[in-house]
Formats: sequence, structure tokens, C-alpha cells
Amino acid sequence: MDIITLARWQFAITTVYHFFFVPITLGLSVLIAIMETFYVRTGDERYKRMTKFWGKLFLINFAMGVVTGIVMEFQFGMNWSEYSRFVGDVFGAPLAIEALSAFFLESTFLGIWIFGWERLSKRTHAATAWLVAIGANISALWILIANSFMQEPVGYVLRNGRAEMIDFGALVTNPHVWLQFPHVFASGLTTASFFVLGISAYHLLRKNQEIDLFKTSFKWAAITGLVAATAVAGIGHVQGQHMIKTQPMKMAAAEALWESEDPASFSIFSIIDEGNREDVYSFRIPNVLSFMAYNRMEGEVKGINDLQKAYEQTYGPGEYIPPVTISYWTFRIMVGAGFLMIFLAALGLWQVWRGHHLTPNRFLKILPWAIVVPFIANTTGWIFTEVARQPWIVFGLQRTEDAVSPNVSAGTLVFSLLSFGLIYAILIGVDIYLLRKYAVQPQLELVSSAES
Amino acid sequence: MDLNTIWFILIGVLFTGFFFLEGFDYGVGILVPFLSRDDRERRLMINSIGPHWDANEVWLITAGGAMFAAFPHWYATLFSGFYLALVIMLLALIVRGVAFEFRSKDENPKWRSTWDWMIFIGSAIPALLWGVAMANIVRGVPIDANMQYVGTFGDLLNPFALIAGLTSLLLFTLHGANFLMIKIEGPITERIKTLTLKLWPLVIILSLIVSVMGYYDTDIATRHAVTALILSLGTIAAISSVGWLIRKKRNGWAFAMTGACIVLFSLTIFAGLYPRLMTSSLAPDAWSLTIDNASSSPYTLQVMSIITLIFLPIVLLYQGWSYRVFRRRLTSTSSLEY
Repeated sequence: MDIITLARWQFAITTVYHFFFVPITLGLSVLIAIMETFYVRTGDERYKRMTKFWGKLFLINFAMGVVTGIVMEFQFGMNWSEYSRFVGDVFGAPLAIEALSAFFLESTFLGIWIFGWERLSKRTHAATAWLVAIGANISALWILIANSFMQEPVGYVLRNGRAEMIDFGALVTNPHVWLQFPHVFASGLTTASFFVLGISAYHLLRKNQEIDLFKTSFKWAAITGLVAATAVAGIGHVQGQHMIKTQPMKMAAAEALWESEDPASFSIFSIIDEGNREDVYSFRIPNVLSFMAYNRMEGEVKGINDLQKAYEQTYGPGEYIPPVTISYWTFRIMVGAGFLMIFLAALGLWQVWRGHHLTPNRFLKILPWAIVVPFIANTTGWIFTEVARQPWIVFGLQRTEDAVSPNVSAGTLVFSLLSFGLIYAILIGVDIYLLRKYAVQPQLELVSSAES
Repeated sequence: MDLNTIWFILIGVLFTGFFFLEGFDYGVGILVPFLSRDDRERRLMINSIGPHWDANEVWLITAGGAMFAAFPHWYATLFSGFYLALVIMLLALIVRGVAFEFRSKDENPKWRSTWDWMIFIGSAIPALLWGVAMANIVRGVPIDANMQYVGTFGDLLNPFALIAGLTSLLLFTLHGANFLMIKIEGPITERIKTLTLKLWPLVIILSLIVSVMGYYDTDIATRHAVTALILSLGTIAAISSVGWLIRKKRNGWAFAMTGACIVLFSLTIFAGLYPRLMTSSLAPDAWSLTIDNASSSPYTLQVMSIITLIFLPIVLLYQGWSYRVFRRRLTSTSSLEY
């Protein structure tokens, strides 16, 4: 394999792996802060036990997010030094600001939160939980501001052979990020909600002594899950409409739409032949894609082949088509998983409404397995947004193949790829072992914290 | 002073703060498998840095981010050039971070001792590699006219860098031991004291050697003779006082002096570099990265300066507060989270 392929694999693996732990941190930090606020407001011990129980699982997950995050910050320079030189003037700023305004906040107050139960007043302690949640989500905002520049470059000028920032305000008000951030924030809440729902369902089925804790958790998570999952879909719809204006090739790839159509049809299932630039088979519903794009039944959606021609005129000869099969299927899996979650959360809320969740039933047995659904949606969503931007690393400005470090050998890359792969594989096993252990035995955390 | 110089100083301050703070974290981590008689004592040691290690590591993340934002070429050349060393450091930091969180989450003694060794490895490797890296940055590495590192991993393992690595390893260990002396109580402190007094002369000797080698291996002395001399004398004076202070039971002062030694070493390196960022051994005057040829545009530096001016004081305030919250010593009756 050449160094570009190896560097891309390494980036893909380390990013996707890191992103397993990020959305749940974003969402769960907020839920825990709310739980602790209820404890402070009501003095009800049940909320403290909820905070402690979910807090422990949060921390096991958080540690993985922290350590895999350091790799992210380093590897732009390690594997993508030409990218770093080309966009550092713009892209470095949000990364530095992320560390300064968010990582410090998150890590300092998390330390205080973990160790400060006996040293702070209840109120101050709850405030530290909020600061952790705010820090985590601000960090997501800055990293997405950086990512949005790659999707939709703004606030820059090409000068001295690189992209230089000329308008910081434009960078932070990039329309792309103000759709992407709410989308990720709501995905985080959805992920956390399904985590809480699944584990609560497990305990409701077994009716153990902590039933109050899990009853309340289940109810909360059903509500936040339904609201957040619906919000994700709603924002996603707006994102699609924005994408068709700013990254039409991405939309065309998501739909495996080779030829422009008006009105445009929506593909339910396509077998794609990327070599011949056509669909071997495609089951499509007429007009739906136009509706998704413009909220009306007509309107042209550009196809891949037309866009390729247009891009050749703008950017010169070359291949401007992303991997269509990956784009098409990751998009579909993401959207499918999203709707499945809306459905499951609604069912959960209905069970709460009728009190059905208090008696063992098949739905409760399904929910622990449904914990994986948001992870699938997050992962495919992230892969989609990055892969369907190809061949660009920064849309319209730099190609991925021009971004790689020229002085890192294939052998070195193979070594690092294997090392990270091996460590990550071991750690995911350990992480799941510990999460499962503390999830199924609430007494492990609750008894030990009651003693101290 | 121009913005490029200000950002050079700021990044120097971030690295110096990182070495001071994470220095004792690494030191404690290195000592975890040793000195302790039982699991409780090991937990005491780990919990002494429990509330702080993650936030201390953010000093590095911020320094890296600041390099990327202010001097993209520095970030690109250094990180792609020191690739293998960084992979090893990252692997170490990964296992170290999860080890703190995971080690007490299972009763099995094998589980715990495995993670304790991970804490040791994960602390010792970066403690060593930081010395190696900083020595090479100031000594000079093969960088070509296009700012690309054209050397190998082996080039980084020269005698000066290795001695510097050994120095940072033992100096951080001593710093960690001094931190433990002011943070925990119990019979273990006697063992820490004994170790400190053995380690201390070694660190003095290494500091002397590394200073003398630095005189010959780098051009600090020819470029910044007076500054380098003052800083080196200060370093040696600070480290020489440590054993004496420990014997007098002035533990707080001993900790301050290992800290001063770390800070002065770091300042020597950054003062010696200025106005360079990375020295090219192939053509020091023509191909070195400097605060001018490697920097971001004036606009970006301005924006970043304003943002730093707003956030950095706040960060320092709440991090200071976090040390205040946990100022009390840990004793055998303290409840332990890790």
C-alpha cells in the first residue's frame, strides 16, 4: 500500500474509534448535570444515586475519549504535514482555542467533580458537573468549526501559497457549523439516552433493589431520546438542503444519482457500478429527493456526471467523484438508524405513559441491544461526511493526496497503524468489560460510595 | 515586541508549565510500582495526582494547538519529523490515561498490578522522550530547504539527547517524589525520603553532564552566552539544594527547587532557541525554522492573542482553585476514588 492509503486508514481508524466515545460524553455529561441539579434542588437521595451510578459509567467511557483524543491533535502534523502547512493559519486557531477554552475547563472540573464530593458544597459540586458538560460541548463546537472549514471553507484568502485567515468571525459563523454542531449535540443526547434506556431496561426486567433509580432514569431517557432523535432528523433535513447548495457532489453521492434529474427521485435501494458510473439496479421513489432538497415536489438535483464535468471546468482535469458506494450506504444506514431510534424512543415513552415498562416485556429485552444503534448512526454519519467530501481534504482547495506528509515512510506508517490498531483493539475489550461490569452491578458503585 | 516573539514566549511558557506540572505526575507514575508495601499505599500515590493529571496534560495539548495555530510549519516539521518517537509517546500516554481510571475498578491483584506497570511504562517513556526531544530541537536535526525533516529515528538517539532523556527521566522522578512528600502521609514517606536522597546526587551529576554537553553540542553558548550561563548556574544551584532541604524536612521547598530546576532547564532551551524554532543541522543559518519563516499571518496571531488574553487568566484561576480544593494531604483514612 502507498503512504496515502496507509495514512488515510490510520486517520479513519483513529478518528472513528475516538468518535465512539465522544457523542456519549457530550450527551451523558448533560444528563448527569441535570440529575445532580435535581439532587441539589430536591435533596432526594435517588437523584444522587442516579448521578453516582451513571457518573461511574461516564468516567469509564470518558477516559477512553481523552486518551484517543490526544492522538487526534498530534496526527495532523504527523501524517498530514502538508495539510498542516497549507491550512494551519486557519485551521490551527480553532484547535488551539478548543484546548484553551474547553479542554482545560472539562478536565479541571472533571477532576474536581470526581474527587470533590466531600470537599465542596452540594451546590458547587453540581456546578462543576455543569462546567464539565459545557466544556465537553464547547470542545465539540470548536472541533466542528475546524471541520466545517474543510467542508465549506470561509473567512480565508489564498496567499503565500497557503490559506490565510482574514475573517475569524466568518470562521465561527460558518453556516455549515451551525447545522453540524446542533446535529452532533443532539446525536450526543440521543446516544446517551439510548445508553441509559438500555441499561435501565436491563434492570427493570430484573427488578433489583435499585428499581426507583432505573424507573426515573428510564422515563428521563425516553423523553430526551425522543426529543433529541427527532431533532437530529430535523436538523439533518436542513443540512441536506444546505449540502445541495454547497457540496452538491456529496448529496449526489449520498443518493447514487449519476444523472441530473428534475423532479429528482429518491433511491431506496441501488446496486452501484462505480467503474461505469451508473446504477446497475435502482429502486426509486419519484419526486422525493426534490422534496428533500427544496421542500417542494419539483426542482433539479444535479447528478454526479454533470458535477464531474462542471468541476473539471473549475478545478482542471481530474476525478472529483467520491467513493459512491460507501457514501450511499453510510448515508442510508445513518438515516435508517436515526428513524429506528425515533421509533424506539417513542415506544419507550408510550410504555412509560402506560406504565408497561414496570412489567417485563419483549420491548425491554430489545432495548439493551439498541444501545449499539446510535453508535452505528454516529459512525456511519461521520464516515459519510468525510468520505463523500473526497477527493478533497479541504473542499475546493486541497486534495487529500496533496496533504500527506512526504517524509514519513510506508514502513513507519505500517508500524504506527498496527500499534494503534492493536492497543485500540485491546482497550475496547477492556472498556466493554468494565462498562458491563458496572452497568449490571449498580451496588459496586452505590455501596462503595455510600460507605465513604 | 512583535507578535511572533510573544507567541514564541507563550508556547515556551506552555511547555514549561507542562513540564513542571506533568513532571511530578510522571514522577509519581514512575514510583507507583515501587516503594509501596500494599495496594492501599499504591492507591494513595495515584490519588495524590488523581484530580490533576488530566488537566496537567492539557498544557501539552494546548502547547501543541498553539504551535499549530501560531507556527504551522513548526508543528508540521516537528510532528512529521519526530514521527516514531511521537507514536511511542502517544501509545504510552494512551495506556497511562486509561490505567489511572481502570486500575481500581477490579479487585483482582493481577489486574491491578498489570495496570500499575502500565502507569509506570506510560509515565517513564514520555518522561524520557521529552528530554530526548527537547535536546534534539535545540541541538539541531537534519532539516532541508523545504522545512522537511530528512533524518531517521536513529538520528534522534545521539549521546547528548540520550543523556538529556535520562536527566529528564530522573529529574521528573525526583520531582514526583517531592510532590508525594507534601501530598501524602504515612510510613511510605520514610521510604520516599530514602529514595530521594539516593536519587538526588545522580540528578546533580546528570544535570552537570547535560549542561557541559550542551555547551559543546549546541550553539547556545556562542549565541546567548550570558543568558545560558546564568540559567545553567541557577539550574545547578536549585538541584543542589534539594537533598539538603529534604534532610531539613523543608519538603515544600524541596518540591519548589526540583520545579525550579525543570523550569530553568526549559527556559534554557527556549532562550537558546530564540529566534529559531527548530535548528537545521544541515544549514543552521539558512534552513532553520524561525519565528518569522514558520509563523502564521499577522491577522491570525492577533486573533489568537486576543483570545489567549481572555482565556488564559481564567484557566490559571480555576486550575489554581483546583489545587486549593485538594490542598489537604491524603492519609490512610482518606476515601480514594482511583
